[in-house]
Amino acid sequence: MSYLNSQDIHQFRNRVLALNGEDVSRCIQCGKCSAGCPISPEMDLQPNQVIRFIQINDPATVLKCSTMWICASCQTCSVRCPEEIDIAKIMDSLRKLALEAKVPVGEEKVVKFDEIFLDSIRKRGRVHELELVMKYNLALLQPFKDAHLGPVMFARGKLGILGHKIKEVRKIKEIFKNSRRIKQSES
Amino acid sequence: MQVGYYPGCSLESSAKEFDLSIRAILQEMKISLKDIPDWNCCGASPAHYLNEELAQALPYRNLVKAEEAGLDRVISPCPACYSHLKHIHEEVLKETHLADRLESIVGKKYNGGIVSKHLLDFIKEDIGFDRLKSSVKLPLSRLRVVNYYGCLTRLPGVRIDDMENPTLMDEVISILGGEALEWSHKTECCGASLSVSRTEIALRLVNSILEAAKERQVDCIAVVCPLCQSNLDTRQGDINKRFGTTYEIPILYLSQLIGLAQKLNYSQLGLDRLVTSPQNILIEKGIIEK
Repeated sequence: MSYLNSQDIHQFRNRVLALNGEDVSRCIQCGKCSAGCPISPEMDLQPNQVIRFIQINDPATVLKCSTMWICASCQTCSVRCPEEIDIAKIMDSLRKLALEAKVPVGEEKVVKFDEIFLDSIRKRGRVHELELVMKYNLALLQPFKDAHLGPVMFARGKLGILGHKIKEVRKIKEIFKNSRRIKQSES
Repeated sequence: MQVGYYPGCSLESSAKEFDLSIRAILQEMKISLKDIPDWNCCGASPAHYLNEELAQALPYRNLVKAEEAGLDRVISPCPACYSHLKHIHEEVLKETHLADRLESIVGKKYNGGIVSKHLLDFIKEDIGFDRLKSSVKLPLSRLRVVNYYGCLTRLPGVRIDDMENPTLMDEVISILGGEALEWSHKTECCGASLSVSRTEIALRLVNSILEAAKERQVDCIAVVCPLCQSNLDTRQGDINKRFGTTYEIPILYLSQLIGLAQKLNYSQLGLDRLVTSPQNILIEKGIIEK
């Protein structure tokens, strides 16, 4: 096991620390984060287990799990941590690290949705909700998922059919081009 | 009083009634709104990990545009938009390195002149409870309301109330003459970010919120977030089917309840746009006429 004979036992912990300033060494494994997490029943690793695997330098186990992908970023864990570790922020960093490491993503649907979301901003400057949901459902070959909500949403004026495009949409494309997709971090 | 306004993408479509009711109640209190010219999406949560710099640059451009328009305060009704604008404003003031980087990405400089407000802290700090109270024409007597804050009070940069037991919405409901009830699910997550991609998780979470509200025999749930509203309202049919429940709980924006107390028009407040109609309960309580 990597963590038993490694010289660099703190390697993964240091990686996370460098990326977001959060030090998992402080974690005392009290389990409050997992106890309060609303999504914990669906997670394959509990939040405190994720922190533990970072502590014992086991990136392989952490980066393939589903936990950070279905984390709803509700921040309950971060607010309740007695060691004041921002666990939700760590989850966000783990998503980045998993993409960077090109490991199979624990929840492909979530990433697909988020990519289509960003694409909508790039093309319009704003999100067009109807187009977003339709494109996502088409991409997942489930064109009729949630279609039953369509008529009532339409009747209530909740579906903008055409969407909106901002005037400086070229400026937005420039911002996309100028932004670095993955932050360069010390490894 | 003129104040800047950043509606955000949801308020253009699924949450149009949030937009309508905010404009209506503020106008009633003699506050005029000026939209940030040609505003863009804040990037929401997807930008965070897919492209961190983009997640910072998108709100940064909005701050620049707001400043260019001569604004000094901006109301963002959506908690996520609000958190992003406020958080980036604070980060830019703290870290010159980040400020320089964002200036080069966006091509314009933000001078740090925008104070961000959510509807709740704007009502408390800028309008004041006294002024709100004097705008009430029809107290919402006997209306049993539970207030749902969701994750608003815990988001980065947001420090408007207690994170786990907030009371601002409850204070507003009391001022309107309604009954703000204690309940267990004020700040439990509704899972809106998973509503499209992992729908079954969102359904489970919304079910437990609706169940807790039903236990208190509420007339409606009040919300201040477009995603909470949409998730709690439009999914009730799916939940009833899946869990064998019979929920029919109207989910109203706090701004709509304020507007009802100000005797503003039903459709002007976008109340006819809610999926679960509040019409019957409002007639029953004598708040609107048949």
